[in-house]
Order: sequence, then structure tokens, then C-alpha cells
Amino acid sequence: MSVLRCRALSRSFGALKAVSEVDLVVEPGARHALIGPNGAGKSTLFKLVTGTMRPDTGHVELAGQDVTTLSEVKRCRLGMSQTLQHSSLFASMTALETVELAVQRHEKGRIAFLPRKQPVVGERAGKLLADVGLIRRREVPVPSLSHGERKQLEVALALACRPSLLLLDEPAAGLSPAERARLVELLGGLPSEITVLFVEHDLDLVFALADAVTVLHLGRVLLSGPPAQVRASDAVREAYLGSSRREELWA
Amino acid sequence: MTAVASPAVPGGTAARPPRLTCGRGALISVVVLVVLAAAPLFLAPFATTTLTRVLVFALFAVSLDLLVGVTGLPSLGHAGYLGAGAYAAGWVSINVTAEAPVPLLVGAAVGALAAALTGWVTVRSAGVFFLMLTLAIGETLQQVADSWESVTGGANGLTGVPLVRLAGTPLANVGYTYWYVLAVGALGFALVAVLVRSPWGAALRGIRDNEPRMRALGYPTSLYKYVVFVVAGGVAGIAGSLLVAQQRLVTPADLGFLTSSFALLAVVIGGAGSLWGACLGAALVIVIRDALGPSLDGHGTLVLGVVFVLVVYLLPRGAAGLRPRRRRENA
Repeated sequence: MSVLRCRALSRSFGALKAVSEVDLVVEPGARHALIGPNGAGKSTLFKLVTGTMRPDTGHVELAGQDVTTLSEVKRCRLGMSQTLQHSSLFASMTALETVELAVQRHEKGRIAFLPRKQPVVGERAGKLLADVGLIRRREVPVPSLSHGERKQLEVALALACRPSLLLLDEPAAGLSPAERARLVELLGGLPSEITVLFVEHDLDLVFALADAVTVLHLGRVLLSGPPAQVRASDAVREAYLGSSRREELWA
Repeated sequence: MTAVASPAVPGGTAARPPRLTCGRGALISVVVLVVLAAAPLFLAPFATTTLTRVLVFALFAVSLDLLVGVTGLPSLGHAGYLGAGAYAAGWVSINVTAEAPVPLLVGAAVGALAAALTGWVTVRSAGVFFLMLTLAIGETLQQVADSWESVTGGANGLTGVPLVRLAGTPLANVGYTYWYVLAVGALGFALVAVLVRSPWGAALRGIRDNEPRMRALGYPTSLYKYVVFVVAGGVAGIAGSLLVAQQRLVTPADLGFLTSSFALLAVVIGGAGSLWGACLGAALVIVIRDALGPSLDGHGTLVLGVVFVLVVYLLPRGAAGLRPRRRRENA
């Protein structure tokens, strides 16, 4: 059974069909990339999948369950978690407090009304920060973190939700080459129980990570298949460049 | 990212430096409590009464700070719940019993109930809309107090409220009333302080900082905001029961816009999010309004206005901002 299945998803803004009749299937364990030129509808499709926006028509299924009418809160509880394109965190907290906030929600038991030590939460938050390479920065307030560090923290937050499906919206945007390499290593090292769907502009990163690629163009699926097929496609090249100069795109 | 090689430091909390501030905070709390408890032994009755009013208003400001400073919900109608609690406690004292925990519990229950009935609408709005909705609800509650004469006494207010009785004995002395208000106020403060320091309180701060992100992390934020709204209403109701215990009278003015805005002023002066800051702000507001006001020809409100402008410009984080900031690494 596929982890995520979108059936005939459509969403319009006035006369603009941002997403039109999109079918998307993400298989378990996949590293599925969603690419396309600016304005292709990637971000809108992402919002439809995460639940921050509702489709005009069509359905979203998470592990066989129709979640089209569920809020992003319930979708998160069902195992879908996301990072946002523009990192959006908690200004009054440290890195560790931020991750603990996410971890405590997804541990067993209720959120306590009484102050208490939460050793399990602290331990897991520390481990997640170590995984993304932020352990030495755990006491730093979020506003003092660099852009790249906030992106790492976003990934730790998303993983704290114990996702079965991880949605990453442009995880590498604004990162230095060293930070990108670190991100590729991190994402490549995720266990296969976590399926990843990511939007990315950096095609090097896409082809380094993805084992399936879906190309969006003008709100429609242009092509969906293994990376090699996408790389070889004339239609994709035209969509990106408006021409068939293959060497310029994949250089 | 460049400087960090991860696996050297295991775990999170274990390696955290111990929190010295926690023990020191408890010590300061005890000292403050002892000083406050001893105060009526040295003060004139009028000063004791003023200090009682300060304590009542401080608890009210703390309940508002739970909304404004901790959760980021700026309410302009919070006095409505103070008033609901005050009228309920007063009515029970007159018609049923003035025996100690009863008016208090009734005040808390009615304050929370009023918040529960109105909160479901307000917490679904945000920012200016939340401000306007709470203002409208506060004004509506005041209108109810004004026109439901058979219960509230209308514009004259609910008069002739008997003294609070403790184990059958009326607290017939400003000092005894003061100690009653201090004890209940300290418990109310402790309740809010405990909530704020709990994992649940951390979630409230997350909502204040970034509500959409909290939803993305799986927190049903509307529910959290509703619960905190009801809790804040209940604590305001407790403050209302103390108000009626002290002045033995409730009038519609006690739940009006002016009371709400004075409480908001106290929270801002103290530094939103800091509970003890809210208490300091409340003390300043009451001292200027009630103690200095008469000697200033009734222009106490004007002085408050000037203080507010000064605080906004000179202390953007309020009185709490005077405390040294948390240590920041590489900041």
C-alpha cells in the first residue's frame, strides 16, 4: 500500500489553476522528489497534502486512509510531518526547548499540567539534536541560530513527530555547500520506515537523494518516474528551459 | 553546521547546567510572602486596606497575564470574569452562606463558567479580532450586571455583602481580611505559576510564539487556548471573590472596560509573561489610582497614562526586563 496517494487534486485561486487534477503516489520507503519550475504549483500541492489548505476537488489518502477533510493537527498525529520552506520557529525558546516541545507531544501519555522532569523527552530531544548536528548549540535561543542551523532544527522538529511520511519544503534553500552536504547525509541516513517527499530546486540534491521524481508544470504532473527517466526527458527540459538544450540544465 | 561534529555529547538534559534560578526564586517567594504576612502588624488600617486591594488586583493581573503574556491572547474584557466571580461570591454570601471556602469556590466556578460559555467564540479569533471580541463580551457582561436588578442590584450594585466567615467566625478586622486575601491570592498565584512551568505551559508559550507551527507539530491549539481561557476566567473569578470579601460591595464598574484596561496596564508595566512582574504592575496601578489619586484631585488615571508611556519607551519588556537576561551563547 502506498504511504501517500493524491487523487485528482485541484485547487484554484480565482482564474488561476494552481494545482489541476494532480495524481501522486508515494511508495513506502521512497525518497520522492517533487520538482518543477517556479509557479508549477509545488508549494500549493504541498499545502494540500499537509492540510494547511483544502483542495477544491480530489482526495488525499495517508496509508490508505482518506484524510482530505482532516486538519493538519490530525494529519500530524497520523504520522505526517513537515518542515516549512521559510523556517518558522519559536522566538522565546532554545533549540533544545523547541525540540522538547515537539517530542513531548508525540510521547505516550498526556501533556502534564504540573511541572515535572521529563527525562525521556529530554533524552530523545538531545538525540534528535545530535542527529541533525545541533547538540552543541542546544542552549542557544532560536533567534541566535544561523539560517542553516534553523533549517537543521526544522528537520529535528519534523522527526520529533515520529513521522511515517516526512514532507520537506525546499530543505536546502539558502544553505551553504557544506550545510547541503550535511543535509544530504542526514536525509540519506534516515531509516526506511520514514518515507520522504520533498520539494527542491537544487537538482544536484534531487538526483543525489531521490529514487522517484515527479515533475510539475503549470499545475499538472508532467512526468513521474525514476530519476534516470526524468533526466532523459525532453518534455522536462522544455518545461524548465523552454528549449531542448539539455546540457545547460544538467550541467 | 560546519563547526559541529555531533556524537560527542550524549543526551540533552543531563549535560544542561543546573538551574540555580529555581532555588533562588523559591527563596525570594518565601521572603516576599513572610514580609507580606507581617505587613498588617506594622501598617495603619488604611494602608492595610490598600495592600489588600493590591493583592486582589495582583491575582487578577496574574490571571490576565496567563492569557496575554504566556499564551499571547490580549484580552480587553477580562474584568467580565472578575465581575462574574465577584457577583456570584457576593450573592452566595448574602443568600446562602459566607463560610470561607464557599464564596471562593462559587466565584471560581462562575468565573470559569462565564469564560467557558464565551471562550469558544473568542479563542477562534486572533489579534485585533480577539481584542474586539473580548471587549464586546466584557461590555455585555457589564450590561447584564447593570440590568439584572433582582440578582445584581442594578446600577447600585450588590450591597450589604456580609463578612467572610472562617469556621463560623466573621473576619471582622482589616488585618484578618488581609490575611485571608493573602492566603488565597498566594494559592492562586502558585496555581498559575505551576501551570506556566508545566509541559502544558511550554505548549502555551509555543502557541504565543508561533501558532501555525504548533498545529503542524500536532497540537490542537484551539483546545489549548480554550482551556487556558477557562482557567484564566476561573482565577479571575477567585480574584472577584476576594474583591467582594474586601470591599463587601460589587458594582457594574468593577467589571467594566476601565478595570480590564487597568489590568492590561499592570501586565504591560510588569512585563508581559512575567507573573511577578504583573504583581508589581498591579501594585503600581492600585497605589497610583487609590492611594495617590485622591491627593492628586482624582487625576490618578492621568498619572497612570504617563507611567504607561514612560514604561513603553524606557522598559519595552516591562519591570521584568530590568532583571539580567538569560545568558546567551555566541549571541
